[in-house]
Amino acid sequence: MRGLWKLMLAQMKLYLREPAATFFTIVFAPMLLLLFGTIYGNKPSPFFGGRGMVDVSVPSYMALIIISVGFMGIPIATAASREAGVLRRFRMTPLRPAAYIISNISSYYVMTAVGVLALVLVGKAFYGMRFEGHILPVWSGFTLSSLAFFALGYLIAGVAPTARVAQAIGMICAFPMMFLSGSAIPLEVLPQSVRNIARFIPLTHVVTLMRGLWSGESWAKHLTEAAVLGGVLLVAMILSTRLFRWE
Amino acid sequence: MAITIESLRKVYGAVVAVDGVTFDVRPGEIFGMVGPNGAGKTTTIECLEGLRCPDSGRISVLGLDPEHQAYELRERIGVQLQESSLPDRLKVREIADLFSAFYRRPTDWKPLLDQLGLTEKLNAPFGKLSGGQKQRLFIALALINNPEIVFLDELTTGLDPQARRAMWELVKQIRDRGKTVFLTTHYMEEAEELCDRVAIIDRGKIVALDTPRALITSLGAETRVVFNADPKFEEAVFRAIDGVTRVEHSGGKVVIFGRGEGLVVRVVIALDSAKVRFRDLRTEQPSLEDVFLTLTGKEMRD
Repeated sequence: MRGLWKLMLAQMKLYLREPAATFFTIVFAPMLLLLFGTIYGNKPSPFFGGRGMVDVSVPSYMALIIISVGFMGIPIATAASREAGVLRRFRMTPLRPAAYIISNISSYYVMTAVGVLALVLVGKAFYGMRFEGHILPVWSGFTLSSLAFFALGYLIAGVAPTARVAQAIGMICAFPMMFLSGSAIPLEVLPQSVRNIARFIPLTHVVTLMRGLWSGESWAKHLTEAAVLGGVLLVAMILSTRLFRWE
Repeated sequence: MAITIESLRKVYGAVVAVDGVTFDVRPGEIFGMVGPNGAGKTTTIECLEGLRCPDSGRISVLGLDPEHQAYELRERIGVQLQESSLPDRLKVREIADLFSAFYRRPTDWKPLLDQLGLTEKLNAPFGKLSGGQKQRLFIALALINNPEIVFLDELTTGLDPQARRAMWELVKQIRDRGKTVFLTTHYMEEAEELCDRVAIIDRGKIVALDTPRALITSLGAETRVVFNADPKFEEAVFRAIDGVTRVEHSGGKVVIFGRGEGLVVRVVIALDSAKVRFRDLRTEQPSLEDVFLTLTGKEMRD
């Protein structure tokens, strides 16, 4: 247990010492919010159903943070430490593989949550962001979305032979998803054709779910999203456990 | 016995990496496995550590089966892997603290790092350490759980001669603390210097196993006394020396072949009494290198 906890702390430290990872997880989304918040403000608009730009962007950007950890942070770090022989070294200790993975996932989860918290604080402090939902549903939605995308990240690491390939796959999947899912740009401003494609992108379901829960809708209204993300989590988890390699 | 291996066999595809290896390692000794790259050393050591499963054969390490009791075994052994690494941005202090948390009964890592000369590097990130410092840190991690057996795989590969000698001293200190050391190397002089007993492995098979001295003696190879001298002297003077088998000389270079203790002393006395002036006198002893050459018919050097 002590080993698991220490490993999680060490992994969090390592995460914060990686400038790119820290930037995309903690700095990027709040920065984007500051940028668009300054341009558009947060005035209620019928376009967003009586909410402001910032009110809608905060839950959408959560998806942005989740995918950057899941598709870039996790695959690159996992494949790189396998490639360098770091996993081999840990394997020679009495630490169980499950304990290694759990501490790993926990540290990513904490870092993602820190990013989300920073985003919310910026929204609150600078733009009087409105929150009409409840903490528990929002938190559980965030958790389900994060775990589903983390599992996909481990899947990419399992498939990719090297860290470079993992990075390429992660980026190629992540960037179109960011822009087509409504996480970086609200779906409302995108043409119908893009919205039709968006339905088939898992990240869109994260955006829909988080925006819904954030505005006070209940889980009962989001069974589709719950099913899609639950399904992604299950399938990716099974596949990534099969494909996981220590070396 | 600290380690018992019986008829170990491991095949990768069409390649037989280890082909019926059998030996025992006694508690408290430095046991070395030497052979060229690809001879089966690393496969054997990884089977002992529980990293690989043998295709057939029986292995017991500290009375445990590495394949099925791997976690119990890892509490009691220390391992330095041939190819492994740690996160570049983790500091030495953090690494030591982290690894000691993985074990039930860790030793205090501060004096350990001190003995290995890493105290000044406590706050240095792993990525900034030199090759020798990384290797010393890996030794520290192999000792952090106060293990009964320490496995060292190609410990000094890639180190400069000075760092290599320093590493040898460390290994002897590990044995002097009462631990069993199992090491692999492809440097014959390393095996000769360090090991209490040596197994020579070639193409997956053990071709010889004994103390380095006994292996060298068993060759019956001759010691050579080599020097430069004034060409005008009587070879007969040297042929008469006790133990000398033959004398070769061309130009100014003389080589005297012989056996037995004190050969060089007798040669020097003979030179002195015959009033032969000589320079650059040295002896060449047969080494494990010669043993390997004789047993396998090929040079050890890769």
